[in-house]
Amino acid sequence: MSILVIAEHDNKTLNSATLNVVAAAQKIGGDITVLVAGSGAQAVADQAAQVAGVSKVLLADNAAYANQLAENVAALVAQVGKGYSHILATSTTTGKNVLPRAAALLDVSMISDIIAVESANTFKRPIYAGNAIATVQSDEAIIAGTVRGTAFDPVAAEGGAAAVEAVSEAKDAGISKFVSEEIVKSERPELTAARIVVSGGRGVGSGENYHKVLDPLADKLGAAQGASRAAVDAGFVPNDMQVGQTGKIVAPDLYIAVGISGAIQHLAGMKDSKVIVAINKDEEAPINAVADYWLVGDLNTVVPELTTKI
Amino acid sequence: MKALVAVKRVVDANVKVRVKPDNSGVDLTNVKMSINPFCEIAVEEAVRLKEKGAVSEIIVVSIGPKEAQEQIRSAMALGADRGILVEADDSQLGALEVAKILKGVVAAEQPQLILLGKQAIDDDSNQVGQMLGALLGAGQGTFASEVKVDGDKVQVTREVDGGLQTVELSLPAIITTDLRLNEPRYAALPNIMKARKKPLDMKSPADFGVSTATKLKTVKVEPPADRKAGVQVKSVDELVEKLKNEAKVI
Repeated sequence: MSILVIAEHDNKTLNSATLNVVAAAQKIGGDITVLVAGSGAQAVADQAAQVAGVSKVLLADNAAYANQLAENVAALVAQVGKGYSHILATSTTTGKNVLPRAAALLDVSMISDIIAVESANTFKRPIYAGNAIATVQSDEAIIAGTVRGTAFDPVAAEGGAAAVEAVSEAKDAGISKFVSEEIVKSERPELTAARIVVSGGRGVGSGENYHKVLDPLADKLGAAQGASRAAVDAGFVPNDMQVGQTGKIVAPDLYIAVGISGAIQHLAGMKDSKVIVAINKDEEAPINAVADYWLVGDLNTVVPELTTKI
Repeated sequence: MKALVAVKRVVDANVKVRVKPDNSGVDLTNVKMSINPFCEIAVEEAVRLKEKGAVSEIIVVSIGPKEAQEQIRSAMALGADRGILVEADDSQLGALEVAKILKGVVAAEQPQLILLGKQAIDDDSNQVGQMLGALLGAGQGTFASEVKVDGDKVQVTREVDGGLQTVELSLPAIITTDLRLNEPRYAALPNIMKARKKPLDMKSPADFGVSTATKLKTVKVEPPADRKAGVQVKSVDELVEKLKNEAKVI
């Protein structure tokens, strides 16, 4: 078995989600190679070489891969991936954008959002917004899949000593061009990797109130901040903070849902959290059914009180 | 230019599905079915582009059972001009097979813009648009929250993990829609009546030379593990006490 893991990165730092994918690859078993496609990404390749369990790092360093355009990266992945039994990527927007394209170029089906490895060709994945778990067996020659990071404990970022090899393959497909990006800056831990997440919903009332009420709590707990789709659609916070089926999937030790009713869409993104706390003025809110502890009250008084008492 | 929109018939988003007792799948008997919400957004976007004059004709295609005609009619009531139903047992088709059929439809219709939802809310795969992009050798603007057609290019603003990314694609191009792209309109009754008269072609996968079933086999489908029932706490003090001493998470 030989497994190719597509590294997620920003040309400077290896994204920790890659460590969860390597963990899934170890469950499959076999030689693990990490492919770093980027521009000026030597530092990322060096970090990937340190990752425990990685036996080889391939670095494709070319301007064509600078912004992870799917048209260029997928062609590279399909080219490099031919000799492997498995190709795995993160279940992030980058992985979801690139890997299906690479799979189709290889004429193989793909498995999205793997949450458990049963055997080298059998995996579990959630369907219907996490309301059912399917066990899927692939008869493809190359098994391609994205891995839901929160379902696998990350491997150590240090301790490995893989060799870095350059890949000369580099082609710009010439059908797409990066124009610009707007990245939301935050001092807080990354949402999908945080140990504690504080999330607000429609109940927080406004963007101003979201920050007034939730920022001090998140600061005190060193928590990442999330939001329900309702809060994002109402414009309280940017959409990359959305937790749910169509946003990010989180599974922190502690998830505090404030003013969130708990639509199926939202639950699909957080119900694997270890401990869930719901603070809501509605006794009948669906979120209470998945919460370990729920407190009925006005979030504008309860949350500040909680902040002072922890 | 022509726009092709792919729509999928799926269980309605508000239905709480149940797994069949024999673990063979999800029970869909007598369950309300609808257009997949992301597909509806794709239809709406095509209609808006037509209203702006960027698109001249909208063809809506669905691959699925006979009943998927209802979803095609709904899309036509929203403003699509004609429909194609590729009749197939879609439980036997994977994303790759669906993409191959769509490739055949694209070859026959030659649209410049191909719009799809970013994922279907039943299988949650998020693959078909990307796969179709690969098969056509066309650019892909996935998870789109803004689409601007400019001559023979299209600018797509994409929702990515850190925020937003804008890319420019040459036409023909694939766009998969995110929820924030637009707010789909409601179909007015006269438009629903008119939609009944719009042309709808029936095809089969064989018409496009696609016959292979997916190589992914669903071995079983189970309900997710239940969370054990929680407790209501009466005060902030009690909550803090529980989090510190019982759950030990802070």
